[in-house]
Amino acid sequence: MTILIDPQKTNNESLQPKGWLRYFSFSLDHKVIGIQYLVCGFLFYLIGGTLASAIRIELASPMSDFMPRDVYNQVLTLHGTIMIFLWIVPVVNGAFGNYLIPFYVGARDMAFPRLNAVAFWLIPPSGLMLVASYFVEGAAQAGWTAYPPLSITTPQSGQIIWILSVLLLGGSSIFGGINFIATIIKLRRPGLKLMQLPMYCWAMLGTSLLVVLSTPVLAGTLILLSFDIIANTGFFNPVLGGNVVVYQHLFWFYSHPAVYIMVLPAFGLVSEILPVHARKPLFGYTTMVFSIMGIVVLGLVVWAHHMFTSGTPPWMRLFFTIATAFIAVPTGIKFFNWVATLWGGKISINSAMLFSCGFIINFVFGGITGVALAQVPFDIHVHDTYFVVAHFHYIVYGGTVFIIFSSIYHWFPKVIGKMLNEKLGILHFIITFIGFNLCFAPQHWLGLNGMPRRVAEYDPQFQFVNQISSLGALLMAISTIPFLINVFLSARNGKNAGDNPWNALTPEWLTSSPPPVENWEGEAPLVKEPYGYGKQFSEQK
Amino acid sequence: MTTLDSSKEIQKNNSEVNETHEDFRIFGLITFLIADGMTFAGFFAAYLTYKAVNPLPDGAIYELELPIPTLNTILLLVSSATFHKAGKALLKDKNSDSQKWLLLTAFLGILFLICQLFEYFHLPFGLTDNLFASTFYALTGFHGLHVTLGTLMILIITWQSRINGGRLTSQNMFPLEAVELYWHFVDGIWVILFIILYLL
Amino acid sequence: MLNKNIYLILIISLVFAISFWIGFNVNLLPAEASINAPIYDELFKILFIIGLIIFIGMTIAVIYSLFKFRKRNDQIGDGIALEGNLSLEIVWTIIPSIIVLLIGLYSYNIYDRMGGMKELNHNHEMMSSNSEKIWAGISQNSDNEIAINNLSIEVSAMQFAFLFNYPKGNFISGELHVPVDQKVSMKMESKDVIHAFWVPEFRIKQDIIPGQPTILNFTPTKVGKYPIICAELCGPYHGGMRASIIVEEESDYNEWFNKNKKPEVNL
Ligand code: HEA
Ligand code: HEA
Ligand code: CUA
Ligand SMILES: [Cu+2]
Repeated sequence: MTILIDPQKTNNESLQPKGWLRYFSFSLDHKVIGIQYLVCGFLFYLIGGTLASAIRIELASPMSDFMPRDVYNQVLTLHGTIMIFLWIVPVVNGAFGNYLIPFYVGARDMAFPRLNAVAFWLIPPSGLMLVASYFVEGAAQAGWTAYPPLSITTPQSGQIIWILSVLLLGGSSIFGGINFIATIIKLRRPGLKLMQLPMYCWAMLGTSLLVVLSTPVLAGTLILLSFDIIANTGFFNPVLGGNVVVYQHLFWFYSHPAVYIMVLPAFGLVSEILPVHARKPLFGYTTMVFSIMGIVVLGLVVWAHHMFTSGTPPWMRLFFTIATAFIAVPTGIKFFNWVATLWGGKISINSAMLFSCGFIINFVFGGITGVALAQVPFDIHVHDTYFVVAHFHYIVYGGTVFIIFSSIYHWFPKVIGKMLNEKLGILHFIITFIGFNLCFAPQHWLGLNGMPRRVAEYDPQFQFVNQISSLGALLMAISTIPFLINVFLSARNGKNAGDNPWNALTPEWLTSSPPPVENWEGEAPLVKEPYGYGKQFSEQK
Repeated sequence: MTTLDSSKEIQKNNSEVNETHEDFRIFGLITFLIADGMTFAGFFAAYLTYKAVNPLPDGAIYELELPIPTLNTILLLVSSATFHKAGKALLKDKNSDSQKWLLLTAFLGILFLICQLFEYFHLPFGLTDNLFASTFYALTGFHGLHVTLGTLMILIITWQSRINGGRLTSQNMFPLEAVELYWHFVDGIWVILFIILYLL
Repeated sequence: MLNKNIYLILIISLVFAISFWIGFNVNLLPAEASINAPIYDELFKILFIIGLIIFIGMTIAVIYSLFKFRKRNDQIGDGIALEGNLSLEIVWTIIPSIIVLLIGLYSYNIYDRMGGMKELNHNHEMMSSNSEKIWAGISQNSDNEIAINNLSIEVSAMQFAFLFNYPKGNFISGELHVPVDQKVSMKMESKDVIHAFWVPEFRIKQDIIPGQPTILNFTPTKVGKYPIICAELCGPYHGGMRASIIVEEESDYNEWFNKNKKPEVNL
C-alpha cells in the first residue's frame, strides 16, 4: 500500500517537530491538521461567544447603553463572521473531515497533504486580521451579509480587511473542498466501493461539491465589492448607476449553500455517532445518500428566499418559495431515518448520544421555522426580525454546535486515548440545552411582535423577553466551563480508553488510540460494513 | 475513467508510484478549474443581469471594436494548438522541439496581453465611467490575469525542461499537462467571454 | 399487535389534539390592523399547527426511543440488525412532499389574496405621472379599479428617517396619516442605503432601495397609532429609525390633510 503515501512527504516527516510542538508546525499529517482546525476553531468560538455575550448584555436593556451604536454593529458583524467562517465551517469540514476521511477511505493521508496544510494555515492569520481590524479604525459594521451601499459608505479600512479575510477563508475552504473530493473519489483503498463508505464521506463529498461550486462566486462578488470601495467603480453603487440587488443575488448564491456547508457535515457526523451508541445499523443508507445529493442540488437553487422583501418580482418570490420548501423532503428523510436508527436499539445514554438527540430536536424546530420562512407571505412579516435570528440559531447552534460537542465526546477517546468524564458531560448537556432554548425560543415571539434584528435599542415593551434571552445566553456561557474542565482534566487523568471503547465498527476504531503517524501499523483494514451492528459484531463476541 | 472504476485503476498502477499520484493532481486541478470557472460564471451572471435590467445612461458608449478581440481570439486558439504540439514533441523525447513550441505559445500569450493593453488604451471609456465599462474591465482584467499567470507558468516549465535532467521529461509530463490543461481552460473562458461581451 | 396499533393511533390523535389546541388558543401575533393581517394570521395558524404536529411528534419519538430502548445494565450485544425498510422510507418521502406542496399552494393563494401576485408596472396610478420602472413590492390594484388619488404617497427613506410626501396636498410629513378602510398606495425610494418599511400590525414589509423604486399598497382596518420600523440594517442609528402611522377616521384624516395642504406652486 505504499502508493498511498506521498513520497516527498515521508522524507519530510523526520524533520517535523515531535510532541505537542507539532501542533504549531506546518505539519502534513492529516490528524495533526484536524486537531489544529479544531483547536483554532474553538478559540475563535470563544471569541465569537464573548462577542455574543456582549450583544446579549447590550440587549438586556432597551437603551443603547453598554456600547456605542456603531460598536454594536461591529460586534454583531464580527460575531456572525467569526462564528460562521472561523468556527462552524472550519470545524465541521476541516477538523472532522481531515481527521476522519482518510480513515474512512482507508488511506494514510489526504490526497494533497501540502495543500491541506496550506489551507489550514490560511485561517489563523485571516482570523486574527479580522479581529485586529476592530483596533484599527473599527471593524466592518455592515453585518455579515455586507450589503452595499451600506458596506460602501461605512469606514473603509474595516470593510476592506473584512473582505480580505473572508476571501482568504474562502480560499482555504476551496482548497479543503478540492482535497476532500480527490481523497474520497481517488484515494479509496482498493476493494472499497463508494456505497460502502461511512455516511460522513458522502456528506463531505456533497459539502465539498457545494464549496467548489459556490464559494468562488462569493470570492468574485467580494472582489467586485472591493473595487466599489477602493476604485470607485459602481457595480453596486446606485449613485453611479449600479444595482444593489445584484450583490444580494450573488452573495446568497454562495451563502445559502453555505448553510448546507455548515450542516451537511453535521448530518454526516450524527450518522456515525447514532449507530454506534444505539447498537444498530444506520437506517436506510441508500436513501440517506440520495437525500444528501438532493439537498446539494436543491441547495443551489433556493437563494432568493433571503430576498423576499427586496427587489424581487412576484414570480421569483414564488418560485423560490416552492424550491425552498422542498428541501424539507430530503432533510426529513434523514431525520426519520435517524429516529428509525434509534428505534429498537440498545441505546447507551451518554453525552455523545444526548447531544445528538438534542440536535435532532433542535434542528427539527429550526427546520420547521425555516419552512415557514420560505413561504413568501409569511416571510414578508418576519424578514429581518428576531424570528430569523431564532431560526438560524436553532439550526447553527442547536444543530451544528450540538453535533460538534457530540462528536468531541465521541472521538475524544480515539484522539487522546482517554475517556471524557460522563458526569461532567451530561451536566454540560443539560446546561447547554436549557440555556440554548431559554435564549433563542423567546426570540421567535420578539420577531413576530415587532423587534427587528441588528438593533442596539428597542421598544421597552420587549425588555422582559429580551432579559430572559440574555439569561439563557449566560447559561450557555456557563455551560462551557464544565466542558473545558472535563477536556483538560480527562486529557491528563482520564480513564484509559483502549483502542475501541465504544465497540464501533468504522475503520478509525480499528487502530490504536491515538493512532500512529500513518494510521495503521500494517495494511489498512477493508471495512465493507461500517454499520454492521447486530450482525458481525455480536457474532464476534 | 468512471469513479467506480478508480479502485481498479489504483491496483493496476500499483507498481508505478508516480503515475497514480499524478492522476490525483490532474483530478485536483480539474476540480480547481471548475471552481475558477464558477468565479467567471459569477461575473458573467452579473454582466448579463446588468445588461438585462440596468440600461446605461444616455450618451454612454458601449460599442466595442471587433478587430483586436478577434485577433486575440485567434492568437489564443493558435496558442492552444502550439501548446498541444509541445506536449506531443515532449512525449517523443524531442525536448528542444518541445521548448520551441512552448516558447511560441508563451510568445502568443504575451502578444495577446499586448493587444489587450492596446485595446484598453484606445477604448473610449475608463474603468469607472459606467456599469458596462466597469464590468468590461473586471471581466477582461480578471481573464488577463489568468493569461499572465499562464504565460509565466509556461516560461517556468520551458526553463524546467531546459536544464539537463530537469524536472520536465517524457517520464514526468505532469507540469506540462497541468499547465496545458490550465491554458486550454483560459482559452475556453476567453471564447465565452468574447461571445458574451463582444458579440451579444 | 392490535394493542400496539391502538396506542399508536391514540398518541397520534393526542399530538394532533394538542397541536390544534395550542394553534387555536395561543396567540403569538400583535394586533390585526390591515386587511392583510387576518389573511396572514390564517396562514400563520395553519403553519403553526402543522409545525407543532411535526415537532411534537418527532420529539416524542426521540424521547420515547431513549427511554424504551435504553440499554439496561445487564444487557450486552446489539440491537436488531435492521438496515432499512423501503416502503417505510417511501412513505416518509411522500407525506412531507404532499405537505410541502399543499403548503406551497396555500401560501400562493394567501399571497395572491394579499395582492402580492398583481402586476407591478401595469396600470399603476403612479405610472402616469412618472414612467419610472417599479422593481418590486406588493400591489393590490386590479385593472378595473380606480385608485383614490389622494392616497398616493411617496415615501423616501434616508439615514435615519422616513419622509412621506403627499403629492396631492403638496406637502411632506414625518408622520404617515391615512384614513381607515381605504387603500393606500405608496411608492418608495431611498436616498442613500437600503431601508425597509415595516408595520408589524399590518404584516407587511418592503425594502426601500436606492435607485430601484418599490411599491407597497395596503388597506388599514383599525383606527390607531402604529409604529413604522426600519427593518434593514442601515447604519448606527438603524435601531432608532422609526416613525408612526396614524390610522384615523376619514373626517379626521381630511382635517389633518387640509391643514397641511399647501397650494400648488405654479411654474
Ligand atoms: C446551518 C444553517 C442553516 C440551515 C441548515 C438552514 C435550513 C433552512 N433554512 Fe435557514 N437560515 C440560516 C441558516 C440555516 N438555514 C441563516 C444563517 C439564515 C439567516 C441569514 C441572515 O440573514 O443573516 C437563514 C435564513 C433563512 C431564510 C430567510 C429568512 C429571512 O431573512 O427572511 C429562510 C427563508 O426561506 C430560511 C429557510 C430555511 C429552510 C427552508 C431550511 C431547510 O433546509 C430546513 C429543512 C429541515 C426541516 C424542515 C426539518 C426536518 C424535516 C422533517 C422532520 C420533515 C417534515 C417537515 C415538513 C413537512 C415541513 N432560512
Ligand atoms: C454560526 C454560528 C453562530 C453561533 C454558534 C452563534 C452563537 C450565539 N449567538 Fe449568534 N449570530 C450568528 C451566528 C452564530 N451565533 C450570525 C451569522 C448572526 C447574524 C449576524 C448579522 O446580523 O450580521 C448572529 C447574530 C446574533 C444575534 C443578533 C444580533 C442582532 O441582530 O442584533 C444575537 C442576539 O442575541 C446572537 C446571539 C448569540 C448567542 C447568545 C450565541 C451563543 O450560543 C454563544 C455561546 C458561546 C459562548 C457564550 C462562549 C463561551 C465563552 C465565553 C463567554 C468567554 C470565555 C472567554 C474566554 C475563556 C477567553 N447572535
Ligand atoms: Cu433605515 Cu434601518
Ligand atoms: Cu437560505
